This record gives sequence, C-alpha cells and structure tokens, in this order.
Amino acid sequence: MQDVQLLDAIERFLRGEMSTEEIASFEQLRKSNPEVDQKVVEHTMFLQQMDQFADWKNFKSTLHDVHIQLLESGDIKEEAPKATVIQIWRKYKRVMAVAASIAGITTLLIASMATYYAQKKTGQDFERLSKVIKREVDNKVNALDNKVEARFSKGPENTPVKFGGTGFLIDGKGYIATDAHVVLNASSVVVQNSKGQEFRSKVIYSNDKTDLAILKIEDADFRSQGPLPYGIRKGGSELGEQLFILGFPREEIVYNEGYMSAKTGYNGDTLSVQIGVSANPGNSGGPVFNKNGEVIGIITARQKAAEGVVFAITAKNIFRSLEEIRKDTAYQNIRLTLNSSIRNMDRVAQIKKIEEAVFMVKAY
Amino acid sequence: MVQSVKTDSTDEKALLKGLAVNDRKSVETIYKLFYNMVQSLILNNNGSADDARDIFQETVIVLYEKAKSGSFELNCQLKTYVYSVSRRLWLKKLQQQQKYVPNIAGLDETVPVEEEVESHNQLNSEFQMMEKAMLHLGEPCRSLIEAFYLQKKSMTDIAGHFGYTNADNAKNQKYKCLMRLRKLFFAEFKNNDV
Repeated sequence: MQDVQLLDAIERFLRGEMSTEEIASFEQLRKSNPEVDQKVVEHTMFLQQMDQFADWKNFKSTLHDVHIQLLESGDIKEEAPKATVIQIWRKYKRVMAVAASIAGITTLLIASMATYYAQKKTGQDFERLSKVIKREVDNKVNALDNKVEARFSKGPENTPVKFGGTGFLIDGKGYIATDAHVVLNASSVVVQNSKGQEFRSKVIYSNDKTDLAILKIEDADFRSQGPLPYGIRKGGSELGEQLFILGFPREEIVYNEGYMSAKTGYNGDTLSVQIGVSANPGNSGGPVFNKNGEVIGIITARQKAAEGVVFAITAKNIFRSLEEIRKDTAYQNIRLTLNSSIRNMDRVAQIKKIEEAVFMVKAY
Repeated sequence: MVQSVKTDSTDEKALLKGLAVNDRKSVETIYKLFYNMVQSLILNNNGSADDARDIFQETVIVLYEKAKSGSFELNCQLKTYVYSVSRRLWLKKLQQQQKYVPNIAGLDETVPVEEEVESHNQLNSEFQMMEKAMLHLGEPCRSLIEAFYLQKKSMTDIAGHFGYTNADNAKNQKYKCLMRLRKLFFAEFKNNDV
C-alpha cells in the first residue's frame, strides 16, 4: 500500500493539490530518500508520457472524425482504389512497353522473315516446277515434232500404227529379231531405238509357226553398231534361272525381272518356254536375257487367265531361221554373236549396254 | 469546396497554433488544403486510398507535434512542408514493405524533413507500445485509466460511472491499475529496446 500512497502523493504534488506543509515534507522525503526521489522522477516521466499519449490519441480521433466528416460533406474524396491490374500496369508501364515493343518487333521480324522465305521458296518451287513442266512439255513437243517429222519421212502418210512390239539386234549391221505376229501383214515397218530415232526396215524373214521374224534396217541414217554386247544362246536354260526382259510396252523402254518357269511353252510347245515375269502388250518380240546377258528367247505371248505366265520362243529358233535366210545370197553375211561381253557386269551396266540394241517395232 | 486559396504566412501560423491545441477547425482547414495533394501523391506511387489516409494523418500528426513543441520555424510554404513529410513517410513505408520503390517524380520541391520524420517515428513507436500495454491491461483497468488519464474525468465521476462506492475506492483501484500498466509498458519498452 505504500506504493499506492506514494503514487497518490506524486500525482497530487504534480497537480499542485498539496498544501505548502505537505510540499515541504514531500520535498524532505525526496531529499532524504533517494529511492523515493527516483520513483518520483520515474513516475513524472511516465505521467508525461501518458499525457502525450492522451494528446496523441485525442488528436488522432479528431483527425479520424474530421476525415469522416469531410468525406460525408464531400470536401475531400477518396479516389476509388485503383484496381490491382491498373496498379501493376502503372508500376510496370515502362517495362511492359519495352517488352511489348520488343515482342512486337520480334514477331514482325519473324513473320516477315517467314513470309519472305516462304514466298521465295514457293516461288522457286513454282518456277522450278514450271520449268520442269515447260521442259517436259518442250521435250514432248520436240519428240512429237520429231515423231511427226519422222512419221512423215519414215512411215507411210496418214496411216496409223497397226501394231507395236519390240525387237532387238541380232547383228550390229542392222538385223533385228522380233515376232512374226508383230509385223504380220504390215505394209511397212519402222523401228525406233531408245533415243527416239526411227529407221525404216524390211521384213526379210517371217515364220508364223515359230512366230519369229527377222527385219533388216534399210535406212541411210542407220550406222552399223559393230559387235553386240550380248550373245545369243544356242543351248537351253535351266528351271529357276534368273531372267530379265527389256521391251516397249510404252513409249519408253521398260525393264522387268523374272525366272524360268517351264521348259515348254503353251500346251507343251517345245519351241518355246514359259517364264514368270510380268509382261504387257508391246513386250512382244522383246529379248529375254539370262543373268549373263545372253539372249535365251523372244517373248511371244502371255496367258490371259493367269498372271505372270509368259511364253517365249527359244533363241535356238533364231539359229534355225538363219539357216533359211542365208539361202538368199544377199544375207549371207549375217553373223550371230555367241559370247556375251557383259557377262560379269552388274545389271545396270548390262542394261546400259543392251539398251541401244533394243528397238520398238512399229508396223503400218 | 476545396479551398485552393493560397495561404499567407500569418494564416499558416494561426493554423499551426490551432493545430497545437487540437482545434477542430484548424484540422479541417489543413485537411481541405492538402488532402487531395497527398492522396494523388500516394495513388500515383503504388498506394491505395487507405494508404493515402494513413500517410496524410501521420503527416498532420508530425505537424501537430512540431506545432506543440513551440520551436517550429516554418521557413517554407506549409504546402511544401506537408508534401515533403508525406513523401518521406511514404518512401519509408514502401521500403518497410519491401515494395518496388518508385522514383517519385520530383515535380514539387521538397525540404529536408528527415529529422522530423525520425523523431515522429520514435514517438510513434512509444505510443504504440503504450497502446499495446493498454490492450494487455484488460477491463476494467483500461477503462478506468482511459477515463482518468485520457479523458481527464474527475475521480467522483469515475466512481459513479464505474459503480464504486466512493472516490477513494476508485482511486485505489486506479493506482493498482496504473502500477500494472507501468509494469507492462516498461516490459514492452525493454523488449523493443533490446
């Protein structure tokens, strides 16, 4: 309770509520008792603090009241709190502007580059394409022109090609073997090599039974080819032997591969053999080679009902017919090549050599 | 109704005198004169309307403290002073919040107010400690203390209001409360000092 009394005394002292006697004794107490004095000083400070605090609180409440009052009277306006987005916008306006412009420029650049290159590329493509087409068209036109010219010069006028087939040189001097049915009843025969050159030819031998015909090129444009790259095989072939054919089922020389299927032809025909290859009309008269590049036969027909069943007359027939041809003194100089010079070449090289000796046969 | 009237120095002195004695009219005038300026400063620098109110009121409190001390010599326009103080306060707050500190455009001239703001912050923290101590005091002590020391009511009124049989009882109770408050306050003070 002493503390409480002391506090009361201090407050009364500070507020000046003490009588002069009391003040004197209080002063005396402070002087004699430093502990009391310290407490007085301490409490004085604390009370000052309290006073300031009171003032501060009161002033604050005044401020608060004024704020509300002025807001109500409209003297001040609290601006609508800005949306966060707007604040962020304000905050990063400059950064965003820079970023946006960089992004924009980049986009534009990429877009323009993309368009530029894309355009260029398509342009080139189109150009190239058109060039190709143009060239192709030109080629075609040229070829056509040539053909028309050739036809006017080589073939009979206004007569359509009656029959088309394939033939091949059996002697570089211009003797061609083909099928008899290809040149059957032809008023004139023209052969065309893989380069598109045409040569007038004459049928010098035709045998309906064996379906073999021999043509002789009789054209001033024809140059003798010398020895042939391939030989004509006298002997037979074995079953399963790898074979390949070259022919003109279309305007272009076409290569195909097959195998020896049977040693006899259609209905046991011993003059021909059966081979398994896909052949089309136009292949008739075409040579059949074995892997050494020797001619083993000439394609004659295919079985309609079955796929890949093709018949070829054997090369032996060529020798037989030559014996008859040689009876005519004009053709005694025919020499057949027996040995193939392309024996050990790969297929592509073989074909390159053979190609020049294979002709399209057109009968009018 | 916003008064954009330019105040001359005599007006300003009168205003500060009024402010020093917590004169409501003076506070109103200051509000009307400067609130919008401070608000736009805060709003344009990442602040909200609440921030604007807090900063403005603190600025006025700084002004009030200065005016009360009696040693206040205003050697610039009051407007400039208010602007400088609120700008300083706002920058401090932004730093405390570790927010991005914008380069507050120095369109308006400023005067150095670091000292004022520092001493204000010191006082502020003291007051906050007191407030905390009061909060911890609990009822009925707080009401008793507030009634006597803040509202400066007489002991007799308080005794009647709080239902004490006589003023002496109330007085005793008040002193007990005051001692507790002192303990709490100094404990808080030490805590903050360390």
